[in-house]
Amino acid sequence: MTNTVACNKSMIDEYTVEHVGVLAQLELTAAQKRQAREDMAGMVAYVEKLRELNTEGIEPLAHLFPVGNVFREDEVMVFDGRKEMLEGAPQCRDNLYVVPRTIDEA
Amino acid sequence: MQIWDCTAVELSEQIKQGKLKVAEVLEAVYRRIEQTKDLNCFITLDKEGAFQRAAKVQEQIDKGELTGPLAGVPFAAKDNICTKGMRTTCASRILEHFVPAYDAEVIRRLEEAGGVLIGKTNMDEFAMGSTSETSYFGAVKNPIRPEYVPGGSSGGSAAAVAAGACMYTLGSDTGGSIRQPASHCGVVGLKPTYGRVSRYGLVAHACALDQIGPITRNVTDCAAVLSAICGYDEKDSTSMARPEEDFMGALIRDVKGMRIGIPSNYLDGIINGEVKAAVWFVARQLELAGAVVEQFDLKYTEYAVPAYYTIASAEASSNLERYDGIKYGWRCEDYKDLQSLYRRTRSEGFGAEVKRRIMLGTFVLSAGYYEDYYLQALKVRALIKQAFDEAFEKYDLILAPVSPKTAPKLGESLGHPLKLYPDDVYTVSANLAGIPAISIPCGEDSKGLPIGVQLMADCFQEKKLLQAAYTYEQERMGYE
Repeated sequence: MTNTVACNKSMIDEYTVEHVGVLAQLELTAAQKRQAREDMAGMVAYVEKLRELNTEGIEPLAHLFPVGNVFREDEVMVFDGRKEMLEGAPQCRDNLYVVPRTIDEA
Repeated sequence: MQIWDCTAVELSEQIKQGKLKVAEVLEAVYRRIEQTKDLNCFITLDKEGAFQRAAKVQEQIDKGELTGPLAGVPFAAKDNICTKGMRTTCASRILEHFVPAYDAEVIRRLEEAGGVLIGKTNMDEFAMGSTSETSYFGAVKNPIRPEYVPGGSSGGSAAAVAAGACMYTLGSDTGGSIRQPASHCGVVGLKPTYGRVSRYGLVAHACALDQIGPITRNVTDCAAVLSAICGYDEKDSTSMARPEEDFMGALIRDVKGMRIGIPSNYLDGIINGEVKAAVWFVARQLELAGAVVEQFDLKYTEYAVPAYYTIASAEASSNLERYDGIKYGWRCEDYKDLQSLYRRTRSEGFGAEVKRRIMLGTFVLSAGYYEDYYLQALKVRALIKQAFDEAFEKYDLILAPVSPKTAPKLGESLGHPLKLYPDDVYTVSANLAGIPAISIPCGEDSKGLPIGVQLMADCFQEKKLLQAAYTYEQERMGYE
């Protein structure tokens, strides 16, 4: 393992993998977490190269063309795809999606 | 000559002249698909729907209502492009049974032009990969040599065209995913300028980089498909309004006076000798045809792939948050509460490469790292765009390899995915800069594997790309 990857592995510690897993809404086994740590360290080492460049005064390029927000009139339109959309639901009842309880009983 | 050997435009001409019926062509195509099924190009085929559509298209052609260059021609779409009533899986378990309630804009436009959708092509899961081996539905094989990969992530689309299983297909390109499989399969693939083709209905990988484009047998078909799919769409807020452009009119055999630059740093280092020789061969052909070809220094090349993977994985981590097992897609069976439903659905529904990129993307966007990685990558993107703007002040086109090597063997890359990332060096810059780029076949290596070469142009200069690509193609046919 190169020094850069070793350095990044210490930055990508177990806490970081755990924290990123929570943010990403992924549940990893212990073995998967070990692999994720190796993978992330490798990837971060790879993209670390970007920090070589002095980008002071450079504006981040989020969008290629000088376009602003795109607006349209807020028109009420009939949407007739409800049946198709509910057909694809993992679980539904009475035209509602069924999900686990999200509000505790008082 | 078999029906499946014809190009899209040739076939449409025969159909319009009454020499062939649309249904006849469809039968031939489905026979060919059956013959080549081991290549695993398709995830879904819709024979019944296609024949119903064929009958309607035939009627319209007979009445003279459909006269365009693609009328009556079967096509397929990469399985990350939404098709109403036909499942759209993104080659993932998490969308295995997902059926969209609407068509992507590109599907609507191709059907309006008389196209007949035959099915959905296989790909890397959520378009993350460059070998089409990460699909939940099994790997795609290269039609030229089936023990090799077709490239990715639009591998099924490229392989289907190369195998004669479809006249043309649609792919998507975020970092090279049309151009690289086109190169590995010996067909033509074009990534349009960002904003040229509507992304409405394209399942998002990285919204700032994604574009849909054609994969075809030749440059003429490419121009025809591009003409059909491009144009402003109010349903895509990044769609650019441009005047109508006649891409078929760009098919002129003439590059006299065209200034073509080859980045000198692209031909150093990791590139395979046979691929390098192919690039020089194309350069020489274009020079003999009257172009002025020279090398130049393209700045920031070594930062393109790190910038790409930072931005693409950051955007992907955000775009894939929607897959949570609630309203559509797969839901895990065993969960105790909402949080465990989200985590188990996603962990069980996504493959390893997708999870890898979500983790990286989440990391570079997280507090404490956002400025150092994601923002820095966006600033580097600005520098890369500047470098291309400077290059196009001097040159009409940039000539480059598509990939440092030809297709690897199946299975070779799976254990070491990070080793593949640097191979995207020649393709990712076009996505970062938003410029159009085309991959055209230019020969084979000593193993018989296709080699493609890439032409890039400034934003909205697809006509220059097509003209040069067409000229090279005609020159090549001349000496073959």
